[in-house]
Amino acid sequence: MNEWFLITLFGDDRPGIVAAVTKALFDGGCNLGEASMIRLGGNFSIMMMVRHAGDATALERLLQPVVETLSLRLHVDAFAGELHRHKEPDVRITVFGADRAGIVAQVTGALAEAGLNIVDLETDVGGTEDKPIYIMQMEGEATQGIEALRQALAPITAEGIEADIAPIDTVIG
Amino acid sequence: MAVLDVLTYPDPRLKEIAAPVERFDEALRAFVADLDETMRDGPGAVGIAAPQVGRLERIVIVDCSGRKNTPNHGHMVLVNPEISEWDGYAVGREGCLSVPDYTGNVIRAERITLEAKDENGAAQSFELEGFEARAVQHEVDHLDGMLFLDRLVSRRSDLFRRKKYK
Repeated sequence: MNEWFLITLFGDDRPGIVAAVTKALFDGGCNLGEASMIRLGGNFSIMMMVRHAGDATALERLLQPVVETLSLRLHVDAFAGELHRHKEPDVRITVFGADRAGIVAQVTGALAEAGLNIVDLETDVGGTEDKPIYIMQMEGEATQGIEALRQALAPITAEGIEADIAPIDTVIG
Repeated sequence: MAVLDVLTYPDPRLKEIAAPVERFDEALRAFVADLDETMRDGPGAVGIAAPQVGRLERIVIVDCSGRKNTPNHGHMVLVNPEISEWDGYAVGREGCLSVPDYTGNVIRAERITLEAKDENGAAQSFELEGFEARAVQHEVDHLDGMLFLDRLVSRRSDLFRRKKYK
C-alpha cells in the first residue's frame, strides 16, 4: 500500500542536490507531495512529503546511494499527512530588529495567545557578525482577528522590535 | 437558471483567447444569469469569466459587494471589457475556481480604468482600485487565456505594500 512519509535531508550546499534526490525517488517509484527546501547556514535542507509503496527502511535504502555520494543527513518518518489540506492564511506579519535571544519566543508567544495559527514562517539573520539583524516573516490565520494580533505585539514593539501586520485579502475568481 | 460546470486546469479551453460578443440578445442574458449563479455557487468567489465554463466569449462578472471594508461598484456584468489605463502596482494573493486548493501571489495594477458593455449592450465605464481592480484584472486575464498561475511571483518575497504599524 502506498503511504506518505516525511523525509528530512540536509548537507553542504552544492548544485544538483534536489535533482539527485528526486531522481533517486522517481527511479524508486515514489511520488512527491508538498515540500519545503531552502539553504540554511550554508547547508541545503529539504523537508518533503514522499509517497512510497514500501516501509521507511526501504525508503532509506532507496536514498542511500545519493546520501553517500552527496554526504547528506537523512531522516525518514511515517507520516499521517495528506495532500489538499491547505489552510488559507489571512494575515502576514513581518518582524525585525537587532538580534537578541528570545525574539521568536516572545513574538510567537504573544501572537499564539492572540489567536494566530502560523501556516508558514521563515526567519533569517542579516546584518554583520557584530551587528546581526533578525528578520521573521510569517503567514497565518488570525482566528481572533487582526486587531487582536496588533494589540498583542504593541508591548513588544515598544521595546524596539519592529512589526508590520497586513491582511491577506485573497481574490477568488 | 443553472449552475454550470467549471473547467479546471489543465483543461486546454482555459488557454484559449475568447471572442468578442456581437449579439446582445436573450440568449446572452440567459447565459449571464447562469454564469452569475455559477459564481455564487463557488465558495468565496468574487468573479467569474465565461471561458471558465467553456464559453469562449468575452463576458465577465465581478461582484465584491459581499466583502467587508472593500470599496466596490456592486454587481458588474462586463461584456467585451477593455482595460484602458493602469496605475501603480501591488502584490496580492489570488485563487481561482479553475485552480482548486492553491493560492499564490500575483502583481496587479492598483488602479484601472475599464470600458465595457453591459448585458444589454449599453456602454459603461469604471474607475476601479484595490481588491476590486485586482478581481477584474484576474477575470479579464481569463478572456486572453491567462490564469493567475501564469503570473505567479514568489510567496517568499515580501513585496506587499505594508502599512506601518506602530
